Amino acid sequence: MALLRVEGLRKAFGGVVAVDGVGFQVSRGELVALIGPNGAGKTTCFNMLNGQLRPDRGRVFLEDEEITGLSPRQVWRKGVGRTFQITATFPSMTVVENVQMPLISHHREVYRFTGRAVRLHRDEAMELLDLVGMADQAERPCGVLAYGDLKRVELAVALANRPALLLMDEPTAGMAPGERVALMGLTAEIVKSRNIAVLFTEHDMDVVFCNADRILVLNRGRLVAEGSPEAIRENTHVKEIYLGAGDGLRDLGRVCHPGGT
Amino acid sequence: MEFYLVQALNGLASASSLFLVASGLSIIFGVTRIVNFAHGSFYMLGAYIAYTLVQALPTGAVGYWLAVLGAAVAVGLIGAAVELLLLRRIYRAPELFQLLATFGLVLVVADLVLLIWGPEDLLGPRAPGLRGSVMILGEPFPTYELFMIALGPLVLAGLWVLFHRTRWGTLVRAATEDREMVGALGVNEAWLFTSVFVLGSFLAGLGGAVQLPREAVNHTMDLHIIAEVFVVVVVGGMGSILGAFLAAVLISELNAFGILIFPEITLVLVFLIMAAVLIFRPWGLLGRPEGPPRTPAGEFEPPLRLLGRGFLYFCLAVLASAAVLPHLLPTYYIRIACEVLISALFATSLGFMMTVGGMASFGHAAYFGLGAYGAALAVTYAQVGTGLGLLAALGLGLAGAVLFGYFCVRLSGVYSAMLTLAFAQIVYAVLFQWYGITGGDNGLLGIWPSDWVSSPLAYYYLTLTVVAVSLFLLRRLAFAPFGYSLRAGRDSALRSEAIGIHVRRVRWVGFVIAGFFAAAAGGLFAFLKGSVFPDYSSIPVSVDSLVMVLLGGVQTLSGPIVGAGVYKVLEVFVNRYTEHWQLILGCVLVGLVILFPQGLLGYLVGRFGRSGEEWRGVDGAPAGGRAS
Ligand SMILES: Nc1ncnc2c1ncn2[C@@H]1O[C@H](COP(=O)(O)OP(=O)(O)OP(=O)(O)O)[C@@H](O)[C@H]1O
Ligand SMILES: [Mg+2]
Repeated sequence: MALLRVEGLRKAFGGVVAVDGVGFQVSRGELVALIGPNGAGKTTCFNMLNGQLRPDRGRVFLEDEEITGLSPRQVWRKGVGRTFQITATFPSMTVVENVQMPLISHHREVYRFTGRAVRLHRDEAMELLDLVGMADQAERPCGVLAYGDLKRVELAVALANRPALLLMDEPTAGMAPGERVALMGLTAEIVKSRNIAVLFTEHDMDVVFCNADRILVLNRGRLVAEGSPEAIRENTHVKEIYLGAGDGLRDLGRVCHPGGT
Repeated sequence: MEFYLVQALNGLASASSLFLVASGLSIIFGVTRIVNFAHGSFYMLGAYIAYTLVQALPTGAVGYWLAVLGAAVAVGLIGAAVELLLLRRIYRAPELFQLLATFGLVLVVADLVLLIWGPEDLLGPRAPGLRGSVMILGEPFPTYELFMIALGPLVLAGLWVLFHRTRWGTLVRAATEDREMVGALGVNEAWLFTSVFVLGSFLAGLGGAVQLPREAVNHTMDLHIIAEVFVVVVVGGMGSILGAFLAAVLISELNAFGILIFPEITLVLVFLIMAAVLIFRPWGLLGRPEGPPRTPAGEFEPPLRLLGRGFLYFCLAVLASAAVLPHLLPTYYIRIACEVLISALFATSLGFMMTVGGMASFGHAAYFGLGAYGAALAVTYAQVGTGLGLLAALGLGLAGAVLFGYFCVRLSGVYSAMLTLAFAQIVYAVLFQWYGITGGDNGLLGIWPSDWVSSPLAYYYLTLTVVAVSLFLLRRLAFAPFGYSLRAGRDSALRSEAIGIHVRRVRWVGFVIAGFFAAAAGGLFAFLKGSVFPDYSSIPVSVDSLVMVLLGGVQTLSGPIVGAGVYKVLEVFVNRYTEHWQLILGCVLVGLVILFPQGLLGYLVGRFGRSGEEWRGVDGAPAGGRAS
């Protein structure tokens, strides 16, 4: 049984059809990449999966339960975590407080008027920060972090309520190449150890081809190819799309750094 | 039937003036993104100047209409001066400070008008040539009202031509659509802003001048119209001129017919319509959603820190000195000390909502007034004592905050602030108009404390206890999970929703908490003064609280306490030497905003603290609006 099942998803903004009839499945234990040139509709897809946007057409199922049209809050409670292309964190809180917030929400303590928030679930938050390599910066205000570090904090935040599915929108943007591969390697480990699924978008083809178990290719809102990294690399249609966009799929996707997977 | 038609025509006539002022405000906002609080003052100035010019110019039609036009032009010129000398310096300042600066102008103009024209109502002559009436379905109808009915659509058409058929108008529309574009078009931005401001002020002045034959010119016209204009603009949609027209007609007709159904509380109808519009169209009838509120680049607040043991001792020391203080003071000063304490609570309740929740309110006096009247009504009609009276205060304040907050948290930024002001004005109007229950502008008298707290000293200790406990609770709340959730919603609504926090509901609860403590302050104030008046909910009282918060600094929890102390003491002191507290306060507000456009604390942080340089790079990335 697939963890996530998407059927015929469509979204138009005025005249622009951003996503058009997209359907796919993701199973537990899979790290799946959703790739495509700028404006292909990747983020729009994510927004429909987590309830940020209501699809014009199509349905989304999580473990065979329909979640189409639920709010982001409800989708999150059902076990779908998310990171954003442009990071969304709480700049006036410290790094560890940022991770404590989802834990507070998860334990339904948002409306607690007594006690001190900073004392709640601190150890668990520190463990998550340790996992993403941010423990040493736990007490810094989130507002002063480098962009790559913000991405890491967001990952810890998204993992906090032990989601079954994680949506990561360009998780390695703003990182050095070595860091990228390391972070995705870590993500791959989490996928296996927690038996969860991760769907991620990425422009760095090194990261995609070294880590993804499966790749979905989106172009102008349509799903144009789907398969293993090897199959996608040999797919002439995909090559055309990327060569046309000047992205150089072949060159970028060839070399895997040691220790990447 | 005839009667209803005449009533409908009356509504249309009133709509025109409202539309003139509202369209001016809307145009200015569209281009400069400044909500000009002083727009009502421009309207009032238009009426006063027209009055004077009519006296000065030769009688007759030519002189009269020259006077009307002259007044509008004069107000346009005043607008130019204001833009050049004040607004030009604060376009980049936070919205709240811009509003505050324009409110400073309101105070200055109000006092100057009193100085120049005196406090009496002035009755202007009727318009030559339009003095008679025509028969409509057998009912006489004043000709001047027909002129007014025509004026609104004429100005609307004129503005349409201006905006769609001239190069200048095209530029204004482009700037309204996309502010960044103006620079890219190579347009002289400064000139465009000034001219837009002049047009807006001209319209407001004209709106005031044509009122001359319709109502007595008086010095409360400014705040009266600005609240209505805010309602019109929120209902019609900010930046939409046609929306302003539709909303002005809607609101005016509602008033015209409301008089027949609910003669005492017509504003309740206005409130219901506004509520309905906002539920179904949060951005107004013809408005478009605004982007996320503008945060000044490179600024974010440092994390909240629980101050250590030292701060605790400091608080205890302050409390101890507050406890012995009254024994050293004459009775008169004990009462002033009570007022300072009450102001501190009032300001801190607003500060809580602003600092922790990121919600600004221009109508916090609504809950202060409701608290005061809750206590006063309970004492007057149920003869309860002080304890139950204070509970009634909390109850009424809570009810008001629950109701109004529900709508206010649906909007953000200035929209929300304008709505809070409109609600406060509705509370004010109900208190003022519902003569049978609230005593109208005579207020309710004889609200004295029960025997156990009847001495000034005993009442002081009661006040001190309530205020100290409230401040303590508010502080705890800020550090509790709820306070953190509120801040989370303020920092990033997107992230909050993505981790299961219901931002709107959390903000609603935060709003209600702020209203609750404001009501506590109001209740204490009622017993201190022994009487209550509609003025407790008036705009100046709301602005007082805002000034106290901003004086102390928005970014600290205890700032408002300091701000309230400084402000109150200053007020008492200045009032002793001059009648013109308003004028001075207005100048101080304007001066503060010009000198420290980022706020006092922002200035101090920028000057002595870390600049937030690292953050700027991140903030400069393309805005996250798309993902929302
Ligand atoms: N809120 C919106 N309103 C209008 N158009 C939108 C909106 N969001 C996305 N679009 C359009 O939909 C299309 C797909 O955008 P989307 O952000 O999903 O692409 P993407 O694949 O994530 O691109 P990128 O790699 O640049 O992040 C684009 O043409 C974009 O301009
Ligand atoms: Mg994207």
